[in-house]
Amino acid sequence: MPAPLNALAARSGGRVATPGRSFAPSALRSSTGFADGRAPLRGRKVAIDVADMADALGAMIELEGWAARIAPLPPGLSSDARRDLLAVAETDAIVGDGHDSGLDSFAYDVCALRPSPPHENHAATQWALPTSGTSGKPKLALHGLASLTAGIAPSPPTSWGTFYDIRRYGGLQIALRALLCGGDLTLTSADEPLAAYLARLVAAGATHVSGTPSHWRRVLMDASTSGFAPRAIRLSGEIADQGALDALRARFPGAEIVHAYASTEAGVGFAVHDGLAGFPARWLNEARTPALRIEGGTLRLKGPGVASAVLGTDGAPFDAEGFIDSGDAVAVRDGRCHFLGRVNGAINVGGAKVNPEVVEAALAAHEDVAMARVSARRNPITGAIVVAEIVARPGASASPALGRAILAQAAARLKPHETPAMVKFVDRLELTAAGKVARHG
Amino acid sequence: MSARQTILAEIADVAAMQKKTLGPLTDDLPLLESGLDSLGFAILVARLEDRLGTDPFSDGGAFPTTLGELIAFYDRVLA
Repeated sequence: MPAPLNALAARSGGRVATPGRSFAPSALRSSTGFADGRAPLRGRKVAIDVADMADALGAMIELEGWAARIAPLPPGLSSDARRDLLAVAETDAIVGDGHDSGLDSFAYDVCALRPSPPHENHAATQWALPTSGTSGKPKLALHGLASLTAGIAPSPPTSWGTFYDIRRYGGLQIALRALLCGGDLTLTSADEPLAAYLARLVAAGATHVSGTPSHWRRVLMDASTSGFAPRAIRLSGEIADQGALDALRARFPGAEIVHAYASTEAGVGFAVHDGLAGFPARWLNEARTPALRIEGGTLRLKGPGVASAVLGTDGAPFDAEGFIDSGDAVAVRDGRCHFLGRVNGAINVGGAKVNPEVVEAALAAHEDVAMARVSARRNPITGAIVVAEIVARPGASASPALGRAILAQAAARLKPHETPAMVKFVDRLELTAAGKVARHG
Repeated sequence: MSARQTILAEIADVAAMQKKTLGPLTDDLPLLESGLDSLGFAILVARLEDRLGTDPFSDGGAFPTTLGELIAFYDRVLA
């Protein structure tokens, strides 16, 4: 059992910096307003619904080992998505920051600072973390501090930065790495300009920086920041293609460039250091932690970092031997195992997953659309973009103007990254035997 | 139409589609300050691939950082 987070925060020597604040991790311990009235939260399932990332981190530290379950809500949720997440997480208390909590009781304000002594570790707290699927019903992977830290090797104090939000698995991993090694942690927010964050990373002396390939492609397009030269570049959350790896190597010749495989459900799988896309196929047959295998065309993992359960799904995601199906389609070519995309057809646009069926339904809501098929188009900036093929209703004229009108109506129901970037009219779309629109690998 | 004209027209079109406001499109404009976000830029690159028949971003070389470099990037590949 790892030391409780509040003990880690107490002994960590580093600094945490967000766009507006900089402080020692020990300041986060017992920094939350609800600490005084913490007793009623003991053993409860508590959502952390706090906009400020530092306050959210403080609440996580406060509640780890105290609440039965903590569910950090990512920022920017719609009210529907938030309500669904609260329900799937079986939340019975909320630590919020003043706005409407949606629960009448057990809503605690995170803002009023009133120090209180740190608590003894009380419970093996579950962490309910949203998976990166953004369309449809939310899924939450259940972890504990042990599984969350299983992939973290001991290291000397390291200065970390991450483009991820710490309320999602990828960002939480980096926050835990920084706390565990007693290093610095420099965080950004969605509204901070890239150049401003890179300048703060330079000023903080950040040596290890983590993000998706799409985050890193944006860095490659930045010319204004001088001196940004991290020692270690870490990519995860999307397929790292050879083009992105080579472009990073050309721009940062001295850096160690690592692409890591991890998911909210399967935990940290592995890190690839050789600068090549995919990973060595021999790893599939070696004794590794976690163990890797391919079955039914998808990568499966078993090890201490895997979630104990996934809320919001029907049935267990584990097979009889305890392997979890990652849902990531893979294929071996020339001794290398390559990622092909999501087996369920989800499209990964810059780290945000898009469910094609949701987009197709939004397109089909237009009166002139008879059928729609949505697919991924490879893209060097965001990995993929969403494109649509549409069969117009008989009598409707398949014109560019109609295409724009269909997209404008769908855009009102979809997030920007879900809205097709292009639409093409076709005469017909094939159906499968089950009567669904046929999808091609 | 030159690569420059095509690129400027597509930038304006993507910005209009995304309801983004653009400043003056000068050659020294940093791409990250052009007003397009990364999704807008992704759409731009896909459209330019359709219009100009090439995607110079996927060859692993250095990425362009200003509008002038982006135009030169396509000019070089198309020459």
